Amino acid sequence: MLAYIARRLIAIPFLLLGVASVSFLLSQMTKGDPLAALVPERMMDNPEIVAAVKAQWGLDQPLPVRYGIYISNLLQGDLGTSFATRRPVAVDIAERLPATLELVFAAMIIGTIMGVGLGLLSARFRGSVFDGLARIFALIGSSLPIFWSGLILLYLLSVRVALVPGTGRLPPRVEPPPDVTGFYTVDALLAGDLDLFAQALAHLALPALVLGWAVSGVITRLVRSSLIEGLSQDYARTARAKGAPERVVLINHALRNALIPLLTILGFTFAYLITGAVLTEAIFAWPGIGSYAVRGAASLDYPAIGGVTIVGSIAFLLANLLTDIAYAWANPRIKVGG
Amino acid sequence: MTAAPDAAPGAVLPAPRRRPLVGLARAWRRLPPTAKVGAAILLFWVVVVLTIQLWPLADPLKMVGRRLQEPSAEFWLGTDALGRDVFARTLHGAVWSIPIAFVVVACAVAIGSALGAVAGFFGGWWDSIIMRLVDVTVSFPPILLAMAVAAMLGPGLLNASIAMIIVWWPIYARLMRAQVLEVREREHVEAAVAGGAPSGRILVVHVLPLCWTPTLINATMDFGQVVLLAASLSFIGLGATPPSPEWGSMISEGATRFYNWWIAFGPGMAILSVVLASSFLGDGLRDLFDRRSA
Amino acid sequence: MSAPLLDIADLRVSFRNDRGEEAEALRGVDLTLEPGKVLGVVGESGSGKSVAMMAFLQLLPPTARISGSARFKGEQLVGMSPSKIRRIRGKAVGCIFQDPLSAFNPVITLGDQIIEAIRLHDRSITRRAALKEAERLFELVAIPQPARRVRQHPHEFSGGMRQRAMIAMALANSPDLLIADEPTTALDVTVQAQILDLLGDLRKELGIGLILITHDLGVVAGMADDIAVMYGGRVVETGPTDPIFYETAHPYTAGLIDAVPTLDADGPLRQIEGTPPSIFSRPPGCSFHPRCGRAQAICMTEDPPLRRLGAGRCACHFPVRTPQEAPA
Ligand SMILES: Nc1ncnc2c1ncn2[C@@H]1O[C@H](COP(=O)(O)OP(=O)(O)OP(=O)(O)O)[C@@H](O)[C@H]1O
Ligand SMILES: [Mg+2]
Repeated sequence: MLAYIARRLIAIPFLLLGVASVSFLLSQMTKGDPLAALVPERMMDNPEIVAAVKAQWGLDQPLPVRYGIYISNLLQGDLGTSFATRRPVAVDIAERLPATLELVFAAMIIGTIMGVGLGLLSARFRGSVFDGLARIFALIGSSLPIFWSGLILLYLLSVRVALVPGTGRLPPRVEPPPDVTGFYTVDALLAGDLDLFAQALAHLALPALVLGWAVSGVITRLVRSSLIEGLSQDYARTARAKGAPERVVLINHALRNALIPLLTILGFTFAYLITGAVLTEAIFAWPGIGSYAVRGAASLDYPAIGGVTIVGSIAFLLANLLTDIAYAWANPRIKVGG
Repeated sequence: MTAAPDAAPGAVLPAPRRRPLVGLARAWRRLPPTAKVGAAILLFWVVVVLTIQLWPLADPLKMVGRRLQEPSAEFWLGTDALGRDVFARTLHGAVWSIPIAFVVVACAVAIGSALGAVAGFFGGWWDSIIMRLVDVTVSFPPILLAMAVAAMLGPGLLNASIAMIIVWWPIYARLMRAQVLEVREREHVEAAVAGGAPSGRILVVHVLPLCWTPTLINATMDFGQVVLLAASLSFIGLGATPPSPEWGSMISEGATRFYNWWIAFGPGMAILSVVLASSFLGDGLRDLFDRRSA
Repeated sequence: MSAPLLDIADLRVSFRNDRGEEAEALRGVDLTLEPGKVLGVVGESGSGKSVAMMAFLQLLPPTARISGSARFKGEQLVGMSPSKIRRIRGKAVGCIFQDPLSAFNPVITLGDQIIEAIRLHDRSITRRAALKEAERLFELVAIPQPARRVRQHPHEFSGGMRQRAMIAMALANSPDLLIADEPTTALDVTVQAQILDLLGDLRKELGIGLILITHDLGVVAGMADDIAVMYGGRVVETGPTDPIFYETAHPYTAGLIDAVPTLDADGPLRQIEGTPPSIFSRPPGCSFHPRCGRAQAICMTEDPPLRRLGAGRCACHFPVRTPQEAPA
C-alpha cells in the first residue's frame, strides 16, 4: 500500500502536466485564434496590448515553443489576466479560494454527518418507514439539480420565513474579520467577535446545507449498505455472542468497518462537491472561485475559466491522494502487509 | 464433479437469442417496481418529445398571458417574465434535454467503448496511450472540464454536447477495457486465437458481444446525470441560449426573480424526475444482471 | 444426579425465505449436558448443528422462528427477552466459531475485542485492568508474548494463534458453558490436534461444560462424554461415547464411523453415498432413507421416533444393533 501511495505521488506531476497540456490545447482552440483566449475582444484593436501579450505568451512562435512558454508561465504561477477584472487570474483565485474552501469544508462536514447519521439510523431500523424515508431523502438529495434546490430553499427559508439571511458571505456593508485563515467563521472567532461569527455562520448555513445534502446522498447509500453487510458478517455474530447489544454491534463493529469504504468514496464525493460548489456559489452569490468561473463562462473570460480549471484539478488530485492515504491509515490490514 | 457433456466450456457461449421480445418481456417482469416506475417516467418523456406537436399546449415562445402570473387553472405553472406559459415551456424543454442526453450518452459509449476495447484487447502501446489519456481526463473535476471546453468552443448546445462527451467517454473506456480484459481470458476466445483468426475479428465477434452489460447499466444511470450537467451548463449560460425553453436556462431565468418561484419550479421537477428515473432503472438493471450472474 | 447445565427439548427452528415459504431446519431436537461434561455434536454439513446452538442463544437472523424448550441452569432461554439473554451470552456461555479470521473484527485489535467482551458484562472494570486480563487469558491459551500480541490485529496472527485468541475471548468471563462450533475445521491438520488438546485441558482445569460441534467423529472420540449424531434437522442417535462407537445402532452413525480415517486402514476412505437433503426438499419418512442400505418400505413413509436403545437412544426402524439388546 505504501508502494501504491508512492506510485500515486509520482503520478501526480505527470497528471498535472497532462492537465496543463489539455488546458493549453483548449486555449489554442479558442475561436481558432489563441490570441482570443488572452486578449478581450474590445482590446483587440489596441496594438500595444496585443503586442505585449503576444510577446509574453510567444504567440509569434511555433506551437511547441508556445507550449513551452505556456508551461513555464504556469510554473511561475501566471495564469494570464482576467478580461473582467483586468487583474492576474492567479491573484483573483488566491483571493477567492478561501471562500470556496470554507463552503466546501462546511458542506463536507454537514454531508458526512448527515450521510453517516442517516445511514446508521436506516441500517438500524432496516425495512421500517424510517428507513424508507431516509433513503428517499438521500436519493432526492443526490438527484436534485443543486442550482434549483438552492433557489427554492433560498426562496422558502429566506424570503418566506426569514430563517436565514440572503446571499453572500456577510450582510452588505459589514466588514469581514481580519484575514488569518480566510474562513470568515474561523477568523471572526479568532478575532473574538461573536456577533460577526454568528452573521458569517448564518450566511454559510444554507449554501453549506444545500451542498451537504447533495453530497450526503451518496454517503447515506454507501454507509447503509456497508452497515447492513457488516451486520451479517461473522464478526457481528461474534459480537452478539459476546453479549453486545445491537447498538454496540452497529457502532463498534459494523460502522468501524464501514469507515474504510467510506474513505474510498470521499475522493469521489469531492468531485461532486466541486461541481456542486460551482453551482451553489452562483446561486448564493458566494464570492469563491466557482462563481468566478461561472461569471467567466458567461462573459467568455477565458483566462478565468482556464485558471479555475487548473486550480480545481490540482485540488481534485490532492483530494484523491489524501483519500488514498486516509484509506491506508484506516485499514490495519494494509499497514504491515505492504 | 461430474459435468454433463453439454455443460462443457465451449457451451458457455450465449446461445443466440431467437426471440428477443420474449426475453425482454421476461426481463421486464423481473425488474423491481422502482425500476418499472423509472422506465415509465423515461418513456413518458420520450413520448412527450416525439408527440410534442400534438399536445394542446400554448406556444412556448410567445406571450400568452400577463407577465409573472402565479399558477392557476389557466396556466398550471404560471407565466414567466415575458408572459409565456411555464407549463408549455417545461414540456417543450424535454425536446432539448432528452435527445441531447441521448446523443451525448450514445457518443460517449461509442467512443469510450471503442477506445477501451482497443486498449484492453491489444494492450501494449495502445493501452498505455489510451489509458493515460483517460487518467488525464478524469483528473479534471467534470463540471470544470465541461465549462472550459464549452467556453473555449463557444456557447451553444452543440459545443456543450461535445464538452459532455469529452467528460464522459473515459468512464466507458475504463468499463469496456476491464470487461475485455476479463473476457479475453475465456476459453472460447483463446480457442479462436489458437485457431489463427484475425485479431480484429476475434475482438468484434467473440469478445465484444459479452462485454455490454456494465456499459448498459452505467449508460442508463448516466442518462440522468447528463441531463443534469446539460442543464447546469445552460444555467451557467454555456448551453442553450435564452428564448429556447431549455430546463437549465429556464431555471436561470427563474434565478434572477426567485420571488416568482414558479418560473423555476417546473423545469426543476422535470430534471429531478429524469435523474431519479434513470437511477431507478439503472439500479434495477444492475440487480437483474447481478442476480443472473450470481 | 445433578441438574443438567443445559437441557434442550423438542427444539424447532424454521426459516422463512424471500417468497414467504417456511422450511424447518430443526425438527424437534433433544440434547442434555451435565455441568463440566463434554457433549460432541456430530453430523454432516447442513444437518442443523450450528442452527441448534445459535437458536437457543437467539443468534439466528430474524427470519428464523424458534419453538420448544432450552433450559440453561434451569432458566428457559427460548423466548427470553433480548436484554436478558444478552447477559447470558458471553458471560455464562462462551462461543468459539469455525473461522477465526472472519469471526474477529478485522479492524480492531484482539486486545480491544477481548476488553469489549469483558466490559460488556462489567462496566466497573477499567480498560487498563481489562487489558491486563486479556494478557492473562492469552497466557492461559499459550500465546507467546501476550503483552505484544494483544496490540495486534487478527490478520497478524496465524490461523492456530487466532483460534487460541478466540478461545481466550470465549473464556473471558469464566463461563459455565463453552460452545465450540467446528473450532478446528478451518485449520491445518497439525494445528487441529493442538487446539483440541488446549480446549480439552482448559475446560477440565476450569470445570466448564463443553459442546463440541464437528462433522468428524474422530475428533470427539477421545474427548466427549456423550455424543449426539444429527441428520436432517434431528438427533438420530445419542448416548455415552463408548456405546456409540462399539454398539453403533444407527446406519448413519455407522457410516460416519467408517468415514473416520485410521492409521492402520489401507485402501480409500469409505464415504456415505449421496448428499444430505436440503431443508426445502426433505424426503418423506426417515430423511436418511435415500442413502440407507437397510431402508425398507416403512422407512419411506414413517419417520422413526428417537427410542431408547441400550445405553443411548436411536431413531431408526431397523437399527444395526441386534433388537434383543433393546429393552422393549
Ligand atoms: N439463516 C438461514 N436461513 C435459511 N436457512 C438456513 C439459515 N441458516 C441455516 N439454514 C439452513 O439450515 C440447515 C442447517 O444449517 P447448519 O448451519 O445448522 O448446518 P451445520 O450442521 O452447522 O453444517 P456445517 O457443518 O456446514 O456447519 C441448512 O440446510 C441451512 O441451509
Ligand atoms: Mg455449522
